[in-house]
Amino acid sequence: MTSTKETTLSTVSGETRTPLLKRLTGANTLWIGLVLLVLVAVFGAIRPDAVFQVTTLQFLLAETAVLLVLSVGMTFVIITSGIDLSVGSVLVFASVSSAMAMNAVSGGDATNAGWGVIGFGLLVALVSGAVWGLLNGLLISRAKIPALIVTLGSFGAAHGAALLLNNGSNVSGIPDRLNRTFGSGTWFGIPNIVIVAAIVTALGVLLLSTTRFGRYTYAVGSNEEAARRVGISVRGHLTKVYLLAGTLAGLAGFMGNAFFRVAVVTGHETDNLNAIAAVVLGGTSIFGGTGSVLGTVFGVFIPAVLEKGLVIIGVKEFWQPIAVAIVLVAAVWLDQTRRRARNQR
Amino acid sequence: MSEPLLEARDLTKNYGTVEALRGASFTAHPGEVVSLIGDNGAGKSTLVKCMSGVEQPTSGTLLFDGKPIVLSSPNDARDRGIETVFQDLAVAPDLDPAANMFLGREILKPGVLGWLGVLDKKAMRRQAKEHFTRFGASLQSIDVPIAALSGGQRQSVAVARSVAWASKLVFMDEPTAALGVVQRERVLEVIKRVRDEGVAVVLISHNMPEVLSVSDRVEVLRLGRRVARFKAADTTVEELVGAMTGALSHEDAA
Ligand SMILES: Nc1ncnc2c1ncn2[C@@H]1O[C@H](COP(=O)(O)OP(=O)(O)OP(=O)(O)O)[C@@H](O)[C@H]1O
Ligand SMILES: [Mg+2]
Repeated sequence: MTSTKETTLSTVSGETRTPLLKRLTGANTLWIGLVLLVLVAVFGAIRPDAVFQVTTLQFLLAETAVLLVLSVGMTFVIITSGIDLSVGSVLVFASVSSAMAMNAVSGGDATNAGWGVIGFGLLVALVSGAVWGLLNGLLISRAKIPALIVTLGSFGAAHGAALLLNNGSNVSGIPDRLNRTFGSGTWFGIPNIVIVAAIVTALGVLLLSTTRFGRYTYAVGSNEEAARRVGISVRGHLTKVYLLAGTLAGLAGFMGNAFFRVAVVTGHETDNLNAIAAVVLGGTSIFGGTGSVLGTVFGVFIPAVLEKGLVIIGVKEFWQPIAVAIVLVAAVWLDQTRRRARNQR
Repeated sequence: MSEPLLEARDLTKNYGTVEALRGASFTAHPGEVVSLIGDNGAGKSTLVKCMSGVEQPTSGTLLFDGKPIVLSSPNDARDRGIETVFQDLAVAPDLDPAANMFLGREILKPGVLGWLGVLDKKAMRRQAKEHFTRFGASLQSIDVPIAALSGGQRQSVAVARSVAWASKLVFMDEPTAALGVVQRERVLEVIKRVRDEGVAVVLISHNMPEVLSVSDRVEVLRLGRRVARFKAADTTVEELVGAMTGALSHEDAA
């Protein structure tokens, strides 16, 4: 990595700094990116006609967009050495409450509603996500209850609340206009929902790697007590991080509404685990302190590519979770060995 | 002698049933090096934590510039120009030395970007590099995580960080414990230099010759109480050891 020659800092010049690409992505991220590339190349080599079809790629991207938004929030949470099991349920809650709110202000059916109603629906989704996130954050940072337990609680509670809202059934009546533009619309062939996810991701990258908020996120995950002793408000910061994760889950719920034209109350039970897997696959340490949003992007696409690729080349899709599991455990094992090597110095 | 800069009076600190401090007092004057010595478990680190806002004493008073103060958070101490090298260093191992040095005091970009919270990493790295050079921390590279440094290098970073920000007083809890001969000399140099700039230094060390060589005064803590005070020039290692072990006691002893 760096030269082992001992020099004093006065002789450290620009050249001895780690190369830009490496600093940007971290060694782990680079490897995961390569794994993704290799996967695409292998599937592409076997069935170039099917893999590089525009519709295949479009579908892959669109389906992954919602998970990507959840995973960006999860990246921040895991870097603080926390965990958020509630994201999928919060997504469902936000999606149901947003759909019902849009229907309510449109006299029961929002199918033909205009932009005002859609904007209101977005607001409701974001606020309901934020409220759950805030609740998580306060319980974790103030009441000092472990994140695993708090978010396990809100995982159940948010889903229960979503079922209560509409007696356990899906909510239809999503505005056509919303679906046409954000759900199924494209921009130069790229689904609009993907563009939204890409913007969220880019903002996440910037927030984590260039701002004080990002730096405190790393510091709190790296050594909470040290962060406290240099005067960082650890409790406040943790609250904000869970608030961010909740708000993004709210946005993901709204994106789901736009894409599927219905607020579904089932099918998100394992979103939390998928998001955690994506984050960890992307090189973020489950022990906190290190990680990147860019890595998470790769981590989101590896399972998605595996799933699509295995189907395309005709392998039973039941192999997909097994393949993901192997990659996931290998990734954490790599992280562990790296840490152990580092701590023995 | 001048008015005390920081004074602790009859501090007690209980952790559950453990009495870490039992009426400890301490005095530091402006621009002096005072060593705080005592056996393992005497309560030195606890006393330092109480005087730097990390822990709140169970009872007792703190005076700063002669006025009673309450340090309810580390920021309260930092705002008064008090910095600390903790025994466990309190660095973020995954962040690089520059990030650690500016932790909690980040420099932001000017203008709109700064308002958005964007860090000026270049400026921080440049200033950190200058500080480390000035305070003799030798590192291979400025942008590796602290965890990749040796124990002694980590300690140098923590020392450099504290003296970079202290304007009134620095607590150093065993800052030389993991250092080699050269690095230890450098830290002692740094201590003297900081003192000459008018900043008080409180040094905790188990190395008696080191204590006598660098200090103006020595205060001895035993079983959570101050038991003796010496002028470094008028005392000997034997006397210090006697006070630490309880063979002889001067004051405050019940
Ligand atoms: N967080 C804590 N919880 C419980 N007991 C504590 C805690 N911190 C310190 N103590 C106890 O307080 C006493 C004093 O500890 P302290 O760390 O202040 O000693 P010290 O003089 O710094 O010793 P050393 O020279 O070994 O660093 C010890 O008996 C220790 O067990
Ligand atoms: Mg100690």
